[in-house]
Amino acid sequence: MKVGMVVFPGTNCDRDTKWAFEKVGAQVEFVWHTDKLKKFDLVVLPGGFSYGDYLRSGAIARFSPVMEEVKKYAQKGGKVLGICNGFQILLESHLLPGAMTRNESLHFISKFHHLKVVNNENQFLSQCEKGEILNIPIAHAEGNYRVDNDTLKEMYDNGQILLKYCDENGEELNPNGSVDAIAGICNKEKNVFGLMPHPERAMDSILGGEDGIKMLKGFFQ
Amino acid sequence: MKAIVNVHLKKGVLDPQGKAVHHALENLGFKNVEDVRIGKQILIELKAQSVEEAEKEVKEMADRLLANPVIENYTVEILQ
Repeated sequence: MKVGMVVFPGTNCDRDTKWAFEKVGAQVEFVWHTDKLKKFDLVVLPGGFSYGDYLRSGAIARFSPVMEEVKKYAQKGGKVLGICNGFQILLESHLLPGAMTRNESLHFISKFHHLKVVNNENQFLSQCEKGEILNIPIAHAEGNYRVDNDTLKEMYDNGQILLKYCDENGEELNPNGSVDAIAGICNKEKNVFGLMPHPERAMDSILGGEDGIKMLKGFFQ
Repeated sequence: MKAIVNVHLKKGVLDPQGKAVHHALENLGFKNVEDVRIGKQILIELKAQSVEEAEKEVKEMADRLLANPVIENYTVEILQ
């Protein structure tokens, strides 16, 4: 599987995420924000602080040359995964519905957090069970997901709500104030995925957990 | 010409910064404060033939980049 890893000025999870995808057997190539997009099986927008998070997280990255291509690629059915800042960029690009605001606590939160798999009828979470509880690190200051009620209902009906924050028993536990404790979503067509947690940081038990492996492996199906 | 763009979170979108400042003001003894909202102000200098033309262009800037219509409202003021 060929993965294109998009790098913006200020992206800082590109190398970890490349390593993680290589660990599960993908060939990974970096794509600089001014580069053309080659033929890939999956395009990943990794985490970080693209363009210094100026104005709003992801707001400037949205207008970079590579994002025009990512947009076309996604509209043709190409698969896109946005992690953390990558998720914020997908929201600003309108490839995913909604927007991010500051965490309710105003703190930057960096820790392992449990997540519940709400829907696995999509490629990304196809290796996870519905209701399964995963333990994946989060690291963000703007993960407070907002979306209007009508769109939210539509997203539930279409199975677009993928992951919610919870405690180790699966009870809702909301670290950032996100609507319905949502941590990850996808688009209606189920080819564009975004999540705030970092699966690439949960790839080895000696580093605290390996629940990220089955998330990334979903794309190999 | 100068343009002032004010961007604020929409009513109903929680503004945690505004809330924190509200609490801080109360702690300082300002008991009359009912609500605090924090936004940002963007100052733009631009070339334009008329106020109308400047306003039209700045509104387009706000729609496309300066504000996120999902969560934010904006106002535009043009100074000559």
